[in-house]
Amino acid sequence: MNLTLKISDIWKSYNGEDVLRDCSFSFNKKGIYVLMGPNGSGKSTFLRICALLELPDRGSADYLSGRKMLEKDIELKRRITLVLPKIGIFNASVFNNAAYGLKIRGVAKKEIEDRVNNQLEFFGLSHKRNNNALTLSSGEIQRLGIARAMVTEPDILFLDEPTASVDQKNTEIIEDIILKMKDAGRPTVIMTTHDKTQAEKLADYLLIIKDGRIQTVVDKL
Amino acid sequence: MTSIIDSFSRAFFLILDLDKELLGIILLSLKVSVTALVIATFIGLPIAALLGFKKFPLKAFIISILNTFMGLPPVVVGLFVYLLLSRSGPLGFMGLLYTPSAMIIAQTILAFPIVASLSHSAIVGVDPIIRQASMTLGATPLQVSMTIVREARYGIMSGVIAALGRVMAEVGAILIVGGNIAGYTRVMTTTIALETDKGNFELALALGIILLFISLLINSVLHIIQKKGSAGLQR
Repeated sequence: MNLTLKISDIWKSYNGEDVLRDCSFSFNKKGIYVLMGPNGSGKSTFLRICALLELPDRGSADYLSGRKMLEKDIELKRRITLVLPKIGIFNASVFNNAAYGLKIRGVAKKEIEDRVNNQLEFFGLSHKRNNNALTLSSGEIQRLGIARAMVTEPDILFLDEPTASVDQKNTEIIEDIILKMKDAGRPTVIMTTHDKTQAEKLADYLLIIKDGRIQTVVDKL
Repeated sequence: MTSIIDSFSRAFFLILDLDKELLGIILLSLKVSVTALVIATFIGLPIAALLGFKKFPLKAFIISILNTFMGLPPVVVGLFVYLLLSRSGPLGFMGLLYTPSAMIIAQTILAFPIVASLSHSAIVGVDPIIRQASMTLGATPLQVSMTIVREARYGIMSGVIAALGRVMAEVGAILIVGGNIAGYTRVMTTTIALETDKGNFELALALGIILLFISLLINSVLHIIQKKGSAGLQR
C-alpha cells in the first residue's frame, strides 16, 4: 500500500520566533514535490518535521497507508529517509557508508552487496567503492548521501537542499539522478530548494513557502 | 664512562641471550599491564558512553573527577589499594596483597580514568550530524550510539594506548602492593629500581632499554592511530 503524508496545522518556533505557521498539506500522490522559498523561510524545518526528525509545537505530521494512520515507530521511520544538506559521512569506505542502512536492518550480506553495488553504479560511484568516503569531493559526497538513502528503498525520500554545496556540473548530475529516480517509479521525492530554475526543472508539485507559511501550491502535472 | 659502556654492552648481551629471568619479568609486566588495561577499558568505555549520551545530575562533576584522576599519583593509588587489601583492610580476607592480582587492581585504578576521560572526549567530539544521519537512515537509539562510538574509535584507541603507556611505566603503586617478590611480582619497573639500588646496572639497563622500546612502540602506534583518525578531517 502506498505511503502518504498528511501535514495538519503545523506550528514551530525557535526562541519565541515562529518559523512555521499553520502549515497544512497532503503529500498523497507520487512524483516530485519541491518546497521553494528563500533562506530562513522555514522549508528545512518543515522537511525535518515531515521526516519525523523534529516534533512540531502544534499540529501533526501523520503517515497513512490507505486510510490507516501509522504509528511513528522505527518500522515507519525505516520507510522514509531524509538526506541532510550536510551529509554526515561516516569515516569508512564508500561501500560501507552506502551499506549502513541495510546493515542496521539486518539484511543478508549477499543482498547488501547486490543492492549497494547497483546504487553505486547508478550514482556513478562504483570506481570509488573501496575508497574512504571522507576522501570524496563535495559533489561525490552529495551523490553518496542520496545513494546511501536510496539503498534502503524508501517510500518517501526527503532531500534538503541537495545541491546547495556543489558546483554546476554536480548540480546537473544530481538533478538528472532525481529525474531518473522518478522515471524508475519510486520513491516519492519531497525536496527543498531556493533555486527557481531547479524547482521549475524538477517539480511535479511546487509549494512556495514564505515567512513560515505555504503560500502557493502549483500542480505542474 | 668505561663502566657505563661496559654495563650497556652486558645489557645488550642479556637481551640477545633471551635471559630466562629477564623474559619472565617482561612477560609478567605485560600480563599485569595488559590485563589491567582490558579491565579498565571494559569499565571505562561504557561509562564514557553514558557520559557522552545521557543527561543526568552530577554529570559535569563526574567528568571533572575523571579528568582530575587522570593525573593520580601512583604511590597514592598504591597506598589506597594497600590499605584496602592489607590484612586489617576491608578486602584483607581475600589475601590478594603482594600478588599479581593486587598489581592489576592498582594499575586498573590508574588506567581507568584515562580510558574513560579520553574516550568521553572522543565521543562528544563526533560531529553531531553523524547522529542525525544515522537516525534518518533508520537506526534505533542503540544503533545510533554504536555508530557514534565507532566514529570515535580512533580517539578511543588513543585513550587506551595512552593508558597502556602510563601503566607500563608506573612503579610506585605496584611496588607497594606487589612487594617486588622475585619470580612472582617482580616486573620491569620495580626490577630497575631494585637493581639500581644494588648497583647491578646491566639487568637494570637491559630492562630500561626494553621498556624504552615498548614505550616507543606504544607511541608509534598512538601516532599512527591519531594520524589515521585525523586524515579525514583535514580533507
